[in-house]
Amino acid sequence: MKRAINLLLPLVGVALALLVWGGLSTMVDDLPSPLKTWEESKVYILKLLEKRGEMDQGIALLAYYSLVRVARGFLLGIALATPLGFLLGMSKTATRMFDPIMQVLRPISPLAWLPLGLILFRKSEPAALFAIAVCSMWPTVINTMAGVRAIPQDYWNVAKVLRLSPFTTFAKIVVPATLPYMFTGFRLSLGIAWLVIVASEMLTGTPGVGGFLWQEYNSLIYAHILLAILTIGVVGFVLDRLMGLAEARLRAI
Amino acid sequence: MAFIEISNVSKSFGSGSKKRDVLTDVSLTIERGEFVSIVGMMGCGKSTLLKIVAGLLSPDAGRVVVNGLQVRGVQPNAAIVFQNYSLLPWFSALENVRLAVDAAFPEWTKDRQRDQASRHLEAVGLGKALHRRPTQLSGGMRQRVAIARAFATEPEILFLDEPFGALDALTRESLQQELLRLSSTAERPVTTLMITNSVEEALLLSDRIVPMTRGAKPLGHPVRVDLHRPRTAGELMHDDRAAHVRAHVVSSLTRDLKPTTKQQVA
Repeated sequence: MKRAINLLLPLVGVALALLVWGGLSTMVDDLPSPLKTWEESKVYILKLLEKRGEMDQGIALLAYYSLVRVARGFLLGIALATPLGFLLGMSKTATRMFDPIMQVLRPISPLAWLPLGLILFRKSEPAALFAIAVCSMWPTVINTMAGVRAIPQDYWNVAKVLRLSPFTTFAKIVVPATLPYMFTGFRLSLGIAWLVIVASEMLTGTPGVGGFLWQEYNSLIYAHILLAILTIGVVGFVLDRLMGLAEARLRAI
Repeated sequence: MAFIEISNVSKSFGSGSKKRDVLTDVSLTIERGEFVSIVGMMGCGKSTLLKIVAGLLSPDAGRVVVNGLQVRGVQPNAAIVFQNYSLLPWFSALENVRLAVDAAFPEWTKDRQRDQASRHLEAVGLGKALHRRPTQLSGGMRQRVAIARAFATEPEILFLDEPFGALDALTRESLQQELLRLSSTAERPVTTLMITNSVEEALLLSDRIVPMTRGAKPLGHPVRVDLHRPRTAGELMHDDRAAHVRAHVVSSLTRDLKPTTKQQVA
């Protein structure tokens, strides 16, 4: 009984949201109703992998392009962020040196980084990766740093007592002890990377969910905007859940 | 010259009005191969003293000399067993011990290191739990792993920081016996300094017992425990010499408490 209710309640929530959406669409002229959105979008959903033109593709293909871009930007971001996080966690001097810069860079929006990327790299693709990396790296930096600082004195004592070399201490104690924190950082970073992708695709006009959204806005096909928004939400949700599962597995150790 | 010489060691923590003198002017010597226990109540600074002698902390004043050399950092021939086991939870029992063996004997082959580690785990009765993680082991088994890790590095000096404090009485007794056996069968004589709050534990294991209280000159007169080995807890209960040592240790531990009792009576 309780399980049935647990399954039913989210569905009720969805139905209510659809009702509100439908109600709004009768009041706002350009807002398509749920049914109209479905009618106009179903070709993208029913033919998920069909490629008809640069932007005119199945929604799964578009999402795939965006995911690949996000993955590359995210990997670049955490490749920079993880060593930086370890450095800041282990050295108070480094923290004092770089913390102010970090606090200033952290709140900068992807829309602000992208033009700089375009100037630096002169092409839209590397500029997008740059914006994703530089926006998404901070949670990983901060969590890795916090993880290193949270290593119990016991473990440092083990390193001292066994007279482990700095490299062994790092590989056998610091990294495993920090791993759960790092993964929390990765998860948050991936969430941000996914937020940034849309902005960067909109500005650079590259094929992907964000690029599609922008093109359909320019073509005045508003139903497709809603399709893109929903896709972004669903993919983001799935990504977060997958990272959450990986994180839970790590914490279980 | 004694093997371990602790001379006029002082240590305080904090600064300004929060400054707390934990150790003031502590001196003690330990001979090679001796088993010395420092017995004291909680908060008397015995753990700090052990950490200083072991090289985990440096003293504010005074010095510790081991085998003619002043201690700076943990010595290569020393092993420490902590009350809270200090095992790495992401490694199995075997991997925890191997890490120590690898650090102590880097020139050995991997096979020999592995053999050394598993042999010492078997010696403490963990032959069947080699691949279990610390979280899958009971407290007693974890401390066995920690003891195996200490002996696997073939130490000359063993520091024991309330090693059995977190264990139940029965487990404690069997581990105490195992520790004695390992010490007596080690390839080179092991000099041991143990910190404990249990007079009985000190009686069972030590050659000498040093009572420790709070305040300046915290170490009382060391008492020699002239009892044959191996000892058992049961024997100690009825032995006159043990009773004598026990009385001495307890009286020096409660020395500071007596005036307050008298005042209360008056």
